[in-house]
Amino acid sequence: MASEKKQVAMTGNEAVANAIRQINPDVMAAYPITPQTDIVQFYSTFAANGLVDTQMVTVESEHSAMSATVGASAAGSRAMTATSSQGLALMHEILHIASGFRLPIAMPVVNRAVSAPINIHCDHSDTMAALTTGWIQLYGESAQEAYDNMIQAVKIAEDPRVRLPVMVCYDGFITSHAVENLVLVPDDAVKAFVGEYKSEYGLFDFEKPITFGPLVLPDYFSELKAQQSDAMLAAKEVILEVAEEYEKISGRKYGYFEAYKLDDAERVIVVLSSAAGTTKAVVDELRAAGEKVGLLKPRVLRPFPAEELVKALSGAKVVAVMDRAETFSTQGGQLFAEIRSAFYEASKKPLIKNYIFGLGGRDTTTSDIRKVYEELKKDQERGSVDRKVTHLDVRV
Amino acid sequence: MTMKGYKDLPEGGVIPEKGNSVLYKTGEWRSMRPVWHSEGCVHCLMCWVFCPDSSIKVEDGKMVGIDYDHCKGCGICARECPRKEKALQMVKE
Repeated sequence: MASEKKQVAMTGNEAVANAIRQINPDVMAAYPITPQTDIVQFYSTFAANGLVDTQMVTVESEHSAMSATVGASAAGSRAMTATSSQGLALMHEILHIASGFRLPIAMPVVNRAVSAPINIHCDHSDTMAALTTGWIQLYGESAQEAYDNMIQAVKIAEDPRVRLPVMVCYDGFITSHAVENLVLVPDDAVKAFVGEYKSEYGLFDFEKPITFGPLVLPDYFSELKAQQSDAMLAAKEVILEVAEEYEKISGRKYGYFEAYKLDDAERVIVVLSSAAGTTKAVVDELRAAGEKVGLLKPRVLRPFPAEELVKALSGAKVVAVMDRAETFSTQGGQLFAEIRSAFYEASKKPLIKNYIFGLGGRDTTTSDIRKVYEELKKDQERGSVDRKVTHLDVRV
Repeated sequence: MTMKGYKDLPEGGVIPEKGNSVLYKTGEWRSMRPVWHSEGCVHCLMCWVFCPDSSIKVEDGKMVGIDYDHCKGCGICARECPRKEKALQMVKE
């Protein structure tokens, strides 16, 4: 347990910049995009003031930011960058290279809607489009969770059983720019926790020259993808081990998801990130009125903890999975599709429905969440869901 | 050649050794091969000069044979051989 329990007031981005200061990476590539910009802005101040040893690399685009990070990581250093929205979209091809090269890059992604129409506010369309890039994805509800996930991400990524890049996702403006109280882990405890990075291979290791990025044709390509898949599976175990170790220095518990008043819950909302905070307030209110409602807030989407999610939700009668991004499949959001698919083999299945909500930063209030629980109650009474997919807050 | 299973390969497609491209046999898809008739060869090494894949083997300044692991069968050596009775002749694989 940490002896120091002093609360500080910080925005999510300031908290994450401080996590990175404590991690003290060797290289940080910087390119601005709202609402990520001030992570690197804070960080450049730390670097200019000599609080970190990091080599700052200012680049001309996110494509270059991720390329510089990949290069620095392949050279054997601990390298990072941060992004949002269009920035993540512009890095997309290099995201595959980071994971394919097995480079343990930890990157904050401040969730923001992807254009068009142009918008700077929160939804999850940026990171949902990156689910198949071979990156681990962690989602956090608050500044505290974003900070805690950032520190754990480094250790998960660099574990020799994993060696995969990690995205640390949290909500643009709602979490990135709102000031919250949180507790930082002392600098020396974070330093000891993440340890010194020792890469397996390094382009600057002249005693052991290697080739990164050779052409791999059909005779070996599938084998390398199978390795990545195995590493993702191994990450499931490592994520829990790292969480347990982190609890010792922070006193805070983490897992694949947070189950909030879920044990005897009949009507459950599944929702990522900041909207889970709003949902908790409604759960408390409805519980006080004797309603059996609960919340499941996923933290880890890659690897996808399908069995654990099914087990946690198997006691529910009706589940609403809420997605803050469209897939345009006309069959609902990505989280909905994956959770519903996970139930395919289950002997006991709850009724399950989907809400698309909060796109482009549309506020999701307690009355929106209350409406969802009211609809779930009607579904439960009827014994069937009224609609598979509903746009929660669209004017008609 | 026995190919390694996925658990035995270096991670990330890295080649963890130097100078090993010689081990990669690039001549396996050849449809024609050059055959060297040493009795007609004057060791002018025009074939060595023109071979685009360094597949003419030379020792002590003399042609000694062809590296069939890397020769693609392009036929340039046979064409450039200056002897009237070609010392290098292309045959079907």
